[in-house]
Amino acid sequence: MRKRTGCTPPRVGDGPFFRRMLISIVLVVGAFLILAPLLIIGVEAFAKGWQVYRDTILHPDTRHAIMLTVLAALVAVPVNTAFGIAAAWAITKFDFRGKAFLLVVIEIPFSVSPIVAGVAYLFVYGLQGIFGPTLDAHGIKILFAIPGIILASMFVTAPFVARELIPLMQAQGRDLEEAATSLGASGWRTFFSVTLPNIKWALLYGVVLCNARVMGEFGAVSVVSGNIRGQTNTLPLHIELLYHDYQAAGAFASASILALIAVFTIIAKLALERRGAGRVRPAVNPAEKA
Amino acid sequence: MRRNVLPGLRLSLGVTLLYVSLIVVLPLAALVFKAASLGPADYWQIVSSSRALASYRVTVLAALAATFFNLFLGLALAWTLVRYRFPGRRIVDAMVDLPFALPTAVAGISLTALFTTNGLFGSILSDFGIKVAYTPLGIMIAMCFTSLPFIVRTVQPVLEDLDPSLEEAAQSLGGSDWAIFRKVILPLLTPALLAGVSLSFARCLGEFGAIIFIAGNQPMSTEITALLIFIRLEEYDYQAAAAIASVLLFTAFLMLGITNWLQARALRYTLRT
Amino acid sequence: MKIRLDHVVKIFETFRAVKDVSLEVESGELVALLGPSGSGKTTILRMVAGLEFADSGNIYFGDQDATDIPVRDRGVGFVFQHYALFPHMTVAENIAFGMDVSKVKREKAAIRARVKELLRLVRLEGLGDRFPAQISGGQRQRVALARALAVDPKVLLLDEPFGALDANVRRELRRWLREIHTTLGITTLFVTHDQEEALDLADRVVILKDGHIVQQGTPEAVCRDPKSAFVMKFLGDANMLAADVRDGKAYADGAVIDAAGLADGKAELYARPGDLDWAPQGAGIAATISRVMDRPGGRRVIATTRDGVHLELDLEPERAVTSGDNGFVTLRRAKVFAA
Repeated sequence: MRKRTGCTPPRVGDGPFFRRMLISIVLVVGAFLILAPLLIIGVEAFAKGWQVYRDTILHPDTRHAIMLTVLAALVAVPVNTAFGIAAAWAITKFDFRGKAFLLVVIEIPFSVSPIVAGVAYLFVYGLQGIFGPTLDAHGIKILFAIPGIILASMFVTAPFVARELIPLMQAQGRDLEEAATSLGASGWRTFFSVTLPNIKWALLYGVVLCNARVMGEFGAVSVVSGNIRGQTNTLPLHIELLYHDYQAAGAFASASILALIAVFTIIAKLALERRGAGRVRPAVNPAEKA
Repeated sequence: MRRNVLPGLRLSLGVTLLYVSLIVVLPLAALVFKAASLGPADYWQIVSSSRALASYRVTVLAALAATFFNLFLGLALAWTLVRYRFPGRRIVDAMVDLPFALPTAVAGISLTALFTTNGLFGSILSDFGIKVAYTPLGIMIAMCFTSLPFIVRTVQPVLEDLDPSLEEAAQSLGGSDWAIFRKVILPLLTPALLAGVSLSFARCLGEFGAIIFIAGNQPMSTEITALLIFIRLEEYDYQAAAAIASVLLFTAFLMLGITNWLQARALRYTLRT
Repeated sequence: MKIRLDHVVKIFETFRAVKDVSLEVESGELVALLGPSGSGKTTILRMVAGLEFADSGNIYFGDQDATDIPVRDRGVGFVFQHYALFPHMTVAENIAFGMDVSKVKREKAAIRARVKELLRLVRLEGLGDRFPAQISGGQRQRVALARALAVDPKVLLLDEPFGALDANVRRELRRWLREIHTTLGITTLFVTHDQEEALDLADRVVILKDGHIVQQGTPEAVCRDPKSAFVMKFLGDANMLAADVRDGKAYADGAVIDAAGLADGKAELYARPGDLDWAPQGAGIAATISRVMDRPGGRRVIATTRDGVHLELDLEPERAVTSGDNGFVTLRRAKVFAA
C-alpha cells in the first residue's frame, strides 16, 4: 500500500474530524467490549486474595481438569493436523469428482452449534445411539468419559488445519511438486523437502488455532462429558461448576489460566502472521478472482 | 483412463474421507436419523411447542440485533485498522482476535461479572434503568462479543487490497467522499461483508457457552434454543433434544447454503463470459 | 534419444485438447511446438514428460514404450513456464535436488562438483548461495535449466521457456540455449506461442491448431511454403485479398499471380508486407496511401484499395511516399489458398 505523507492528496475518509471520530468510537467500544472482559478476569480472580487463587489452582479437581484439557489437546490436535494435511493434499494436488462437496463437508463443524455436535455424538455412542448398546455390552465407555470428550473436540476443530492449508496450497499450485517429481523425488520426499517447507507457518498457524479451540471448547464437551467432578471435567467445565457453586473467585482463577492461553495464542498468531501465515484466504475479494 | 502424476491420492483422500465420515457425517446422520424416527406428528409437536418457539424467537432476534450491531462496528474497526495510523493500532488489531481465542465459558462469566447490576458496567447502566444481565439484551451482548471478529476479519483483507486508483478515478470524476464510499468502495466490500454477516449470524444462532451465564435462562423469555436442547437432555428427553437439535442443524445448513449463494451472486460480475 | 508420438489423444473437460497427434523427434534434434493458446502444445509437452497421461495412443522413447512410465522414472528434464524453483532452497540446492533424491547415491563432493560445473555452464558462477527470489528473471530461467540438466536427462523439455522475460533478455537467452544445445546435443522439445522464437531457435517447427498438427518442417520450409491460410497468418503479418482462380491463375483486383494446381473458383490471396511494392504509375491494384509509419528498418505503408481493403506494404527507407498519394500496389510474390 502507498504511504500517505503530507504531500499526497487525502483519500476517502481522511478528513481529520471523521478520522478522529471513527478512531475514538472504535477505541472506546473496543475497550468496553473486548478489553474489559479480559481485565475483569484478573480482577475477579484475585478478588479474594492470592491465597484463594493459589488454593483453587492447586486444588486436585482443578489440576485434574487441567490435565484432562491438556490430554484432549494432545490427542485431538495431532489427529486433526494429520487430517488437515491429508485433506489439503488430496484437494489441492488432484482433480476428482465431488471435490467442491467435500470442501463444504469439511467446513460443516464451523457452522454447527457445539451443542448440536454434542447431541449428535450422544446418538452414536450413547445408550440411545447406534453403537451405544454394543459398546456397553463390551464394557467400553466412550460417552461421559475421556474418549467422548476427545471425539467431540475433534469434531469441533476438524476444519482448523485444513482451512489454513487449502487456500495456500491452492495458490501455490502443483508446479513445485511436479518439478520435484520430474527430478525423480518420491512422494514422501516431495512432501517433506518441497511442500512442507513452504506451508510450515500456515500449518503451525492452523495448529495454534486448533489447540486454542480444543482447550476452550465448552458446549460440545459439556454434553458428552457428564460433568463428573475430578473425572470428566475439562477446565471450561470446571469453571462452570465452580461458578454455579457460588465460588466466583475460584471460577475466575481457573478462567485466568485459559485467558492466559488465549493471550499466548494471540501472540503466537501475530508472530506467525509476520511470517506470512494466515494471509491467503479463499477469495471473497472480487479483485482476487478476476 | 485417469491417472495422476503426483503420488498419494489414494492415501490422502482415503484418510480424508474416512475421517470426515466418522467424525463429521456419522454423528450428524445419527442425529437426523434419531429426529426422523419420531414421526412427523410428534416431531412437529416438539419443535413447535410454545417453549421451543419462544426459544427460537429470542435466539433469532438477539442474533439479528447482534449481527446488525457488528456489521457497523466490524466495518468501522476494519476501516480504522486499515486506513488510519494511530498509537495502539497494532494492539487493537491483535485484540480483535480475542473473542476467538478466549474460551466461550470464560467470556460468559466475565461478561456476566461486568454487566450484573453490581458489576462495573451493570451498576452504571442500572442507574439509567437499563438491565443487561439476565435479559435478552445480555444475550445480545454475549453474541456481539463472540461473533465480532468474523466481520472484521473478512472485510479487512479486501479493504487492504482495494486498488487506490479506483478511488482516485472516482475523485477525478468529482465524487464526494460519501458518494465514493457508497458507490465504489461499498459495492467492492459487499461480498466480504455478506460473508462476514452470514458467518457471524450463524455463530450467534449456535452460541452456547458465552450466553448461558449472562442469559438468566428463564423459559419463554431468556432461554436460547441451544440451552433448551441441553435442558431436554438433562431431563432424559432424548427425542425432544434430537428434534430441536435437528432444527438448529437444518438452520446451520440453510445458512451455509445462503452464504454460498450470496457470495456467488455478489461475485457474479467477476465471472468471465 | 528419439521421441515418437503415435496417435496420441487427450481430451479435457475444458477446450484444451490433443486430437490424434503423431510426431517424431530425431535424436539430438531441437524441435519447437508452435501454436496459439489452446492449441494443445503444452499438453503434448506434458504428456511427453509424463506430467499428463494420454487417453489413447503411445509415446516411445527410442524403442521403449514410455506411455505408462511415471514422470519420476522417465528421465526427462522439464523446465517449467514459471520455472517452479523451490523458493526455500538456494540456487545450488535447487540444482542439486535431482541428484540428492536420486536412487543412485552420489558423494556429497561429487554433487558439489557437478553443481559447480552446471553453474558454469549456465554462467551463474558465484550465485549458488542466493535464493531464487534474490536473482533476476533471466537468471532464474537459467537455474531452472541447470536443475533440469543436472539429472542427465535423455530428453529436455521446455514449456514457454522465455515467456516471462523481456525482449532483450529473451533474445540473448535464445542464442545461449542454442549454444548449449549444440554443446550437449540433447534431444530437445520446447513449446512457444512466439513464431520468431520458434523460427530462430528450432531445427524443426511443428505448428499446431485446435489439437492437430497443421504443418511441420524446417523454419525455411514453413516460411517459404505455408500449406494453409492459418500457417501463413500465424507466422507473420499477411495481407489478404479475395481472388478468383481461372485456368491456374489468380486474379485479385487488377493483380494476377500464378496459382497452378488450384481449382477454378473463389480463393484467398495472401502476401507479406515485404512481398508488396508501390508504383506511382503502371499496372497493379489501384490504391491510395492512407498512412506512412516509419520504422528503423524501413517504412510501413498502409494503402487503401478502391474496395476499401487496407494493405500493408514494407518499403525501403529512401522511398518518397506520403499519405494521399495515388498509385498502384504490385505483387512480388503471394500465396493463394482455396477459400
